[in-house]
Amino acid sequence: MENWSLVSICVLFGLTARWAVSLNSYSGAGKPPMFGDYEAQRHWQEVTYNLPVHEWYFNTTDNNLNYWGLDYPPLTAYHSLLCAHVAKLINPDWVELHASRGHESYGHKLFMRATVLVADLLIYIPAVVLYSFYLSEGSNKKKVFLCILLYPGLILIDYGHFQYNSISLGLALWGVVVLGLGWDVLGSLAFVLSLNYKQMELYHSLPFFCYLLGKCFKQGLAGRGLFLLVKIAVTVLVTFALCWLPFLSDPGQILQVVHRLFPVGRGLFEDKVANTWCSLNVLIKIKTILSTDTQLYISLTTTLLAILPSSIKLLMKPTLWQFKLALVNSSLAFFLFSFQVHEKSILLPALPVCLLLNDLPLPAIWFLQASTFSMLPLFLKDGLLVPYVVTSLAFLFFSIYLLSALEHCSEDKLRLGPYRRLLICIVRRYGYLSNCINKDHFYFSITAMAGLSFMSVALAPPAQLPDLFPLLVSVFSYLHFLGLLLYFNIVQIAEPPQSVRKNQKKSN
Amino acid sequence: NYKLTINKWYIVLCCGVVLLTMTVFSGYFSHSTDFEVHRNWLAITHSLPVSKWYHENTSEWTLDYPPLFAWFEYSLSHVAQHFDKEMLVVQNLLYTSPATILFQRLSVIVTDIVFIYAVKECCRSVREEKGSKDLLGHPFFILAALLLWNFGLLIVDHIHFQYNGFLFGILLLSVARHLQGRHLEGALLFTVLLNLKHIYLYIAPAYGIFLLRSYCFTEDNTDGSVRWSSFSPVRLVALGSIVISVGALSFGPFIAMGQLPQVLSRLFPFKRGLCHAYWAPNVWALYNMVDKALSVLGVRLKLLDVAKLPKASMTGGLVQEFQHSILPSVSPSITLICTLLSIMVMLSIWCRPRGARGFLRCLVVCALGSFMFGWHVHEKAILMAILPFSILAVESREDAGIFLMLTTTGHYSLFPLLFTAAELPIKVLLMLLFTLYSFTSLKKLFRGSLLNPLETTYLLGLVAVEILCEVVYPLSPWQHTMPFVPLLVTSVYCSLGVCYSFIRLYVSLLRQHGTDKHKQL
Repeated sequence: MENWSLVSICVLFGLTARWAVSLNSYSGAGKPPMFGDYEAQRHWQEVTYNLPVHEWYFNTTDNNLNYWGLDYPPLTAYHSLLCAHVAKLINPDWVELHASRGHESYGHKLFMRATVLVADLLIYIPAVVLYSFYLSEGSNKKKVFLCILLYPGLILIDYGHFQYNSISLGLALWGVVVLGLGWDVLGSLAFVLSLNYKQMELYHSLPFFCYLLGKCFKQGLAGRGLFLLVKIAVTVLVTFALCWLPFLSDPGQILQVVHRLFPVGRGLFEDKVANTWCSLNVLIKIKTILSTDTQLYISLTTTLLAILPSSIKLLMKPTLWQFKLALVNSSLAFFLFSFQVHEKSILLPALPVCLLLNDLPLPAIWFLQASTFSMLPLFLKDGLLVPYVVTSLAFLFFSIYLLSALEHCSEDKLRLGPYRRLLICIVRRYGYLSNCINKDHFYFSITAMAGLSFMSVALAPPAQLPDLFPLLVSVFSYLHFLGLLLYFNIVQIAEPPQSVRKNQKKSN
Repeated sequence: NYKLTINKWYIVLCCGVVLLTMTVFSGYFSHSTDFEVHRNWLAITHSLPVSKWYHENTSEWTLDYPPLFAWFEYSLSHVAQHFDKEMLVVQNLLYTSPATILFQRLSVIVTDIVFIYAVKECCRSVREEKGSKDLLGHPFFILAALLLWNFGLLIVDHIHFQYNGFLFGILLLSVARHLQGRHLEGALLFTVLLNLKHIYLYIAPAYGIFLLRSYCFTEDNTDGSVRWSSFSPVRLVALGSIVISVGALSFGPFIAMGQLPQVLSRLFPFKRGLCHAYWAPNVWALYNMVDKALSVLGVRLKLLDVAKLPKASMTGGLVQEFQHSILPSVSPSITLICTLLSIMVMLSIWCRPRGARGFLRCLVVCALGSFMFGWHVHEKAILMAILPFSILAVESREDAGIFLMLTTTGHYSLFPLLFTAAELPIKVLLMLLFTLYSFTSLKKLFRGSLLNPLETTYLLGLVAVEILCEVVYPLSPWQHTMPFVPLLVTSVYCSLGVCYSFIRLYVSLLRQHGTDKHKQL
């Protein structure tokens, strides 16, 4: 069958699944006074539509920042404004200043869901198409494409919980795709846009920086490399300036926006996050023992230490393969060690992991499943149990079955060969890591996730430990993330400087 | 190894569709009247003695399926009581709870296992072309996808709510058994099916003639006509005993209780009008439309007096039944005669049996003929023609062309079943998914275009109709004064396509008959 029709069939399938999930409830549905992320997005439409630009990020009589004040970069605000104009056309009540607060109706839900679908269709899905058909190797292109589309985490957060991650992640993916096709300037443009949509994209910024810098180095900083560097730098600066144009007139504005984007005062972590600090908090109450400043420094240092190796390696060897791995390693390290992490931020490492589905099927599927699982408490709170179960099953089934993931777990397939040769003479006993990722462990972990999911739903926690199950979920996922961070780092770093495969890729 | 990969892909298809339906229903807590119908039947069969089943009328949705289906509901109700006991109380009209909906949705998905098995049996009996290398272009795979992912079945069963998957599973299994030459099993399955849902009586003539001609007569003359001397009474008795024993099992208790007239009056209510509230796209939709047009024209030209015309009750969102003002009114007996005439062509398999495939073709003609001319036809009945036709479509080029016309228009005519704004994307996406797949796969299979430009234009017109009816019209001022127009346009436009497919199918059957005669000369 022709390619285009298969692609459209896959896209239609993905869209059907998305819309089916979106018929479910959203975060904070019918829960006054604060509601949830759905109301936040609606409120931003109200604010951006009715107030002048310079009041958007300020606490004024018309803009109470304590009630879902705008805390995303300007592109989000512009997007809200655009949506608000459409909403105004359909029903002015939806964006009425003050009066529309907490507005919930059938029609409005449809409208909001439709805006997510449109954004997804325009930005994220085309990027996935381009990635799977131009940048992934082998005969599995369509299967990989379908699996990436079906990743449950993103579907559930965007279409269930309600956010626009497909825009920021989609723009970042556009960056990766365009860079992979060799257009460095456009790639940096796409990434800057994504950074200006959501500041969390900073998790991805270091690999982008290192990749581009490494490329410049490679071309020789004296000649063409310098020219490229200047071109990229100018692009980045101009794009930033354009995005921030309305705020540039007044330094106070810029400071206020930056202050809104990075709320340091909110503490090391919120709720139950599957990262180091939350898990460590079970043993040592770091959140209460240490001062905020110390926490900040510790998290900064550990994050930097964790991303350093992969960044240096990427700088020395800026290939697409290294770039993808570095994206995983950097964003995962940020998620695990940085300050003020949300559970939804796991989507940031999940995006580059999706890109590895073709090369490292088993670890990638494992990670993606664990990432979905780590958000279970959130899904339960939003009433998304059934879609969570069904989409997870669908993803697991399709990815394992179509990508034959379980048949590809030999050491070579897992790209651990070089690591083994490297270590065999130094510390023999650490070689066991390559045995860690295998079928049995995978089954065991999936069963444990299913069991924990079941317990969270069916059992009442003991009275003195009301947070028992969310905590178990997050610690269990944390262990997965930590192990896989180690694994992806090893794969990235142990790759020999010259390999045949990479040369082939370059010639493409 | 090849078999293994095929099986693997078959499993992918099945799981895909099951998971998709589960995703769809997860957020789907609105419910159609058929939900209440089946809940009520669960309650009736569970809490009342058998003798009351066909007398109970607390709800307006009385039990109007044959006894075996009542027993089916009875067995379901034993599982249902573990979900929510309240749904089994007859007096709880319009009762819904999450557990009830979950149970009902799951029961459809679980009973679909019959369908999945039947599809596999059908696919196994498809003729294979030698030397097809691409697995996804293999007739086995295409047929499996066309049946399992059938848009109509998906929305009627899993969104609208009915047990068609289970029933069509039995039908397809019976067809597969005939294709495999296991006629007694096929006959048994069909008799069971008739006792589950009597709408399948429409295709019973095809079964009757085929079994009598090709099973009871064991030999043909050299020119293909029947050799009367080869009649096998044993086979006839075997068939007869199957039919009678199944019938006795299902209707026997009611005959014993002297309730047969009551049961039959429930099964065949002739109180309803010529057309369903939403006109199924058949000949009568066109007939009504012509009548309406003529009367409007007559009034305009001052040939008719408005006051003398019967009042058409075309109010509300639905086109209600109405008296014909110019053309003669149609009575049930006329529809019966038309239907019988339309399926006369079946007799050709008496003269020249073309094996189980000829039978399958007749079955489709029967189903489509009764859809075209039947009394009070539901739009959902089109599935009875579409599903068996899929088997023929992957085997012959001409059938594939007709199939594409028929399925696309037939499926589109199901759109009014789902009418809320939230369902619009679902139905459009699923329809596109199925249509795109059927076009590209059949085109690839037969290497070339299957439709002529006129047909293509007609099908593209469906897009225009959809945009007009569901996007443009609701925004226009006429939405309030004449809300029935979109439904009217949909059913008239679709009936053109269905009529056209019916004529083409008919012609192809006659032409085949003609070429056979020609060869013989």
